[in-house]
Amino acid sequence: MEKKTPLYDVHIKYNGKMVPFAGYLLPVQYETGVIKEHMAVRVNCGLFDVSHMGEIKCTGKDALENLNKLMTNDFTNMYIGQARYTMMCYSNGGIVDDLIVYKRKENEYLLVVNASNREKDFEWILSNCFNDVLFEDISDDVAQIAIQGPKAKDILCELVEESILPKRYYSANFEANIQGIDCIISKTGYTGESGYEIYLANQDAYPLWELLMKVGENYNITPCGLGARDTLRLEASMPLYGHEMSQDITPIEAGLSFAVKMNKDFIGKQAIIDKGEPSIKRVGLKVTGKGILREGVKLFIDDQEIGYVTSGTKAPYVNYPIAMAYINKTDSDIGTTLIGDVRGRTVEAEIIGLPFYKK
Amino acid sequence: MNIPKELKYTKTHEWVKEEEDMLLIGLTDYAQYELGDLVFLNLPEIGDDVESNEVFGDVESVKAVSDIMSPATGIVEDINQVLFDQPELINQDPYNAWLIKIKEVKEVNELMDAEAYIAFLASL
Repeated sequence: MEKKTPLYDVHIKYNGKMVPFAGYLLPVQYETGVIKEHMAVRVNCGLFDVSHMGEIKCTGKDALENLNKLMTNDFTNMYIGQARYTMMCYSNGGIVDDLIVYKRKENEYLLVVNASNREKDFEWILSNCFNDVLFEDISDDVAQIAIQGPKAKDILCELVEESILPKRYYSANFEANIQGIDCIISKTGYTGESGYEIYLANQDAYPLWELLMKVGENYNITPCGLGARDTLRLEASMPLYGHEMSQDITPIEAGLSFAVKMNKDFIGKQAIIDKGEPSIKRVGLKVTGKGILREGVKLFIDDQEIGYVTSGTKAPYVNYPIAMAYINKTDSDIGTTLIGDVRGRTVEAEIIGLPFYKK
Repeated sequence: MNIPKELKYTKTHEWVKEEEDMLLIGLTDYAQYELGDLVFLNLPEIGDDVESNEVFGDVESVKAVSDIMSPATGIVEDINQVLFDQPELINQDPYNAWLIKIKEVKEVNELMDAEAYIAFLASL
């Protein structure tokens, strides 16, 4: 039985097409449709209910030590409000989840994890933490709204002083207040556009959403569903757990070594070292034939299977079908042509550089 | 949900229109709504055989691929070429965006009239 997010009534009000996702009922789109919602974010501003995401609080004298041991990234020397992208690995180097860690204050951090992995992540953390630290799953008490697009800042500035908005990408103001609503405003997002993610109490989510819709009207603000959330992140070449990352892929194979700091110890580090240079590479594909290469499609060069697709769609802004795939390293040069087996049909594609879209 | 009275319907959400001795096939308003924004479609070639209860093509939305079933056995007389470059016409005007025209119709499945289709949709 799916749960409702604090914004369920908003989705019904705006005629969202509701679907089950990660244990919640969320709109895959509104009447506008996925394509128009996607374009709205690239051109103006979109509003997303992301309350299904998981939030885990981490406090204690040994908080930093624990995070450095559990995660691939290094969290030493973060300023208050700073965010870092990271992964957690199993001892065999495979990925448990990707997440963001915020430093709220000394010895207090906030972890934001994928909705579909929240329970798994929390259990993993509890089984592997040590000494003076407390991890608490506060997801049920936290709602989240993402406001993304070139006009996002202008819209927020209708409601608050610009000075309270975080200036740097991957930083947050933990003591923000929007018209009486206490919240955390984070300059982060999963769309490839500039924008913010706002964390707030459940009961404040509906009022804030309606407030943003009201002041955003002049900027053509558009409510957006899961469909557009996926096409936007894919077009911006952002990986998604369960597709580009899984327990069978290491962060290095996933091309995410920027979030892996080998100068400190972490769970999975030895396995990653032992695995050596990856034999597979995550690449971007542009479909040159007719059709979409979707997740799971096998890829061939001259009848030899050389890889598989992890995510695919027709990207609305760049306006051609795109895919991310893992290919044998030896066949992964940009410009390589290959074919996908789409339900018995062959569809031609070409390896192109990532990202497909950059602001 | 638009369900024109003069058309017939299948359980797989195609609409069927008799035109002289040929059948026009398309997707219903319910189908296009469920599929979302359509971006590609695959249709048979003119002259191909189609068989009742068999897949004759597919439509792709941003999110998924969906098979289109033939309600009749016959030969493809014509296909609506315009849709290849503008599959969104199926979303915008599903009852005018016919997909294929079938001639030499040998066998037609039992089809629902508008009332029966409305009842069928209500049961889903």
